[in-house]
Amino acid sequence: MLLKYITEAAGVAGDEYEVRDVIREELKDHDLDIKTDILGNLIVSSKEELEGPKIMIAAHMDEIGMMIMSIDNSGLLKFRPVGGIDPKVLVAKTVVVGKEKLPGVIGSKAIHLQRPEERQVPLPMEALYIDIGAKNKEEAEKYVKVGDFAVFDTKYEEFGDGYAKAKAFDDRIGCAVLLEVLKEKYYIPVYGVFTVSEEIGLRGAGVAAYTVAPDIGIALEGTLAHDVTDMDDHLVSSKLRHGPVLTYIDLSVISDKKLVALAAQTAEANDIPYQYRNVMAGGNDSGKINQSRGGVPTIEIAVPTRYVHSPVSVIHLDDFANTVKLVKALIHSIESGGYEIK
Amino acid sequence: MKDLKALIEKIVTAYGPTGSENHVAELITKEIEPYVDSIRIDPLGNLIAVKKAEGPKVMLAAHMDEIGIMVTHIDDKGFLRFAPLGGINPNVLLGTRCVFANGTRGVYGSERLNPGESLTLAKMYIDIGAKDKEDAAQKVKIGDSAGADYPMVDLGDRLVSKAMDDRIACVILIETIKQLKNPKVESHFVFTVQEEVGLRGARTSAYSVDPDYGIAIDVTRTGDTPKGITMDVSLGEGPTVKVRDSSILCHPKMIAFMKEVAEKEEIPYQLEILEAGGTDSGAIHLTRSGVPSGVMSIACRYIHTPSEMIDINDVTNGIKLMTKILESEFPKI
Amino acid sequence: MLGKDDLRILLETPGVSGYEDEIADKISEYFKPYSDDIKRDVLGNVIAKISGQEESSEPRPKIMLAAHMDEIGLMVTKVDEKGFLHVTQIGGIDQRTLPTQEVVVHGREKIKGVIGAKPPHLSSPDERKKSVPMSELLVDIGYDQAKAKELVSVGDLITIDRKMMELKGGRLAGKAMDNRAGVMVILEALKELKKLKFKADVFAVATVQEEVGLRGAVTSTYGLVPEIGIAIDVCHAIMPGVPDASPLGGGPAVGLGPNIHPKVHQLLKKTAGEERIPMSIEALPGGSGTDAWAMQISRGGVATGVISIPLRYMHTAVETLAYSDIEQSGKLLAHFIARVDSAFVEGLSCY
Repeated sequence: MLLKYITEAAGVAGDEYEVRDVIREELKDHDLDIKTDILGNLIVSSKEELEGPKIMIAAHMDEIGMMIMSIDNSGLLKFRPVGGIDPKVLVAKTVVVGKEKLPGVIGSKAIHLQRPEERQVPLPMEALYIDIGAKNKEEAEKYVKVGDFAVFDTKYEEFGDGYAKAKAFDDRIGCAVLLEVLKEKYYIPVYGVFTVSEEIGLRGAGVAAYTVAPDIGIALEGTLAHDVTDMDDHLVSSKLRHGPVLTYIDLSVISDKKLVALAAQTAEANDIPYQYRNVMAGGNDSGKINQSRGGVPTIEIAVPTRYVHSPVSVIHLDDFANTVKLVKALIHSIESGGYEIK
Repeated sequence: MKDLKALIEKIVTAYGPTGSENHVAELITKEIEPYVDSIRIDPLGNLIAVKKAEGPKVMLAAHMDEIGIMVTHIDDKGFLRFAPLGGINPNVLLGTRCVFANGTRGVYGSERLNPGESLTLAKMYIDIGAKDKEDAAQKVKIGDSAGADYPMVDLGDRLVSKAMDDRIACVILIETIKQLKNPKVESHFVFTVQEEVGLRGARTSAYSVDPDYGIAIDVTRTGDTPKGITMDVSLGEGPTVKVRDSSILCHPKMIAFMKEVAEKEEIPYQLEILEAGGTDSGAIHLTRSGVPSGVMSIACRYIHTPSEMIDINDVTNGIKLMTKILESEFPKI
Repeated sequence: MLGKDDLRILLETPGVSGYEDEIADKISEYFKPYSDDIKRDVLGNVIAKISGQEESSEPRPKIMLAAHMDEIGLMVTKVDEKGFLHVTQIGGIDQRTLPTQEVVVHGREKIKGVIGAKPPHLSSPDERKKSVPMSELLVDIGYDQAKAKELVSVGDLITIDRKMMELKGGRLAGKAMDNRAGVMVILEALKELKKLKFKADVFAVATVQEEVGLRGAVTSTYGLVPEIGIAIDVCHAIMPGVPDASPLGGGPAVGLGPNIHPKVHQLLKKTAGEERIPMSIEALPGGSGTDAWAMQISRGGVATGVISIPLRYMHTAVETLAYSDIEQSGKLLAHFIARVDSAFVEGLSCY
């Protein structure tokens, strides 16, 4: 159950150990070269010397989460977000803290104790704390240290008509796509890079791109989809069950137009549905790959994902399967000379 | 002067929003090809022309891209929604016209706003006169980009056009290439891409050029309009030698060197401090283990509108200053 | 013998971001007793190499120590009709701390000036509620426009005119503690290192332009290609309204989080324990706001650590710290360096 293992692994920026373990386990029967670099990026490539355009495919291992900043006298944990979290989604959620996965809840003042006007405004991050059930500071310090990470305690589950919910589909779904893609054989050099610290500023991808020095970059993402009731069509970003999402532009990069065209052609030739993202927001690893060394043409291919950066994100499994298909097919298109390298 | 104005008109009115600079690159290539030793396009689309000489390697950068939009969605009635390419003020955009690479033209419109509601790009659309989605799809695809659609206006010494930012600098480099006689340095003229979205072309081209010095040429704001910003730069008082902007504190020796050349050649210049905004040198000077860099700017009013105004005397003095700089001994750092 | 008088000299030497020549010369002098290989790179970073002492065939670890030497300041944007100077900031200055500060204008010569303020008698109730924006601050240098323009031009720098002050309990106050205190830590570390055996080649770097975006660290790290990079900077100390911080006088604050290599953090912590150096942990959920943020992603990646000196009133002219924290930080840094060997460096890529 790859999607279960990979989404339930804890891996806040700088602490991606569990995700790396899942990836290594998943690839253990495949004869691939697997390395880590000084930042913890996991770089997977063929053991053979291959000719042709070098492709780097990146998916980030880290998820948004929380870091424990201090412990107060009553044993409650003050925290700050690692990556962008809207405090609205935090209240009354369950988390696990630290390597021992200590269970905790995010508490707040009960509704009975709030003034009516207080209920109108979202609780700010500073008003929230994690309760692990410790009696006081001294007891809490036995289990938790300042600097420990916390992640949402969400189980992977399939529901409805082919949908799945989990934490961290951004970007574990990208990791899952990349794992499936790496199981196939290619005749050009393909470097699968599972990156670190994307959520705090695309930190791992630039470093890995410097090392790999690719000719072409592909970033795999779980991208924004908000195809819900009453959303204008041009503001949904992308839609579930409409296939992999191709991005022309976000805040970090303008995709290489020839690569986007090649991906679209490849999808059409293989009867894979696809869509274009229609909201320019956020950035991702392809921005850093694009700006590496003398410049790298890049593209972003993503699985549409609802409710990213929250405890429960939702995907459709068909989109996942179609994204895997499209990425493999795109590599084969490049393999057969579909993209000219400058 | 007439020839210069004609060249300016050709270059500034050309289509070239961020990410779609290839047409501008072709125009520039035609102008400079006979005068340079080599010319190439790099993976991101930067145009790099080299004029060989004995001496250190200098990278000159002027960006080809102009602000614009990219189409992200076409609705059933044929209206286009879009993402901004560069810093765009929605209030400036409303009611203006744009043009796509294939010549398709359109007008920026807005949804009805509630009283007191401010205009945002998400509420705006482009009307290309299409009857429905199919009709629109004949002319425009998602991912296509548009720039402002306005002719240049000649007001005498002052010229008004879209994309003075930064094609006027492209013109200065074209003329510098043509007029350069005895360069003391190996000049790498880089016409960069994607400056307006974060100095992206300059960053990667500076890495591959690996220069000893960098000079960017760009436009800058002025403090000479009614109740304008506090800034000691005026139209027509000469090109500027930049001291700083948000992207760079220019190397003190480069500032001193550029001032010296101007003073020796009796070219008027102004010292420039731009409090908000950056330019290609911001990326160049942080390349590899560092590149001492400076910036020369042309004063420009109404930047990032379809009516950017410059003074042609600043352009001729800019060409002269840039030429003389390349014909001078660069400072030891 | 190093001490607070040397810190005083470092503080009182000007070095606004981008214009670090004076402070760079001073720091180069201070590096001389420890290194005969001192240079400045093209952006102006001062780099002193201290070679490891133990001969061996193994590759020598390369450790870069970065403390930025630049300070925040002001720059003249205009000399107006009445001879007043208009200014903009270099680095993040709280403009509320500026009215009625005494300043030095670094023009053709060093000129005394004061930043004026409208008396309350002449201010409307509305004005009194608002802080004065940077664009409305005027520096009074006591000259008319003609004379002012002879002495000052657009682009000249202005620093706060402030001497270091000794407070009770070994605490010191002044401008530019951020980050001359960090430079002082490196000096204390190099002094301590003379007594120790160590294998690594150490590059002590006083970086430029940190306050405007870690720019000196970007280029110097690229040039040096270290395996380990330690940034030494200041952090917020506990004070009213700032509870989640490090105590003044409690020793160095050692950074922990995604900007820090976990094994570097562990070794720093272990070193502090073994050498009985008091320390606190600074939890950093994102960027550290120090040169380590730039160093970490240089080329193929650098294993970074952050050592911070707790400081009150950061980015004002009365930054306050405890000198003992500087000494303890220097000691920690030296003993950390002495513990780095090639096996440790090899382990940095094992996750």
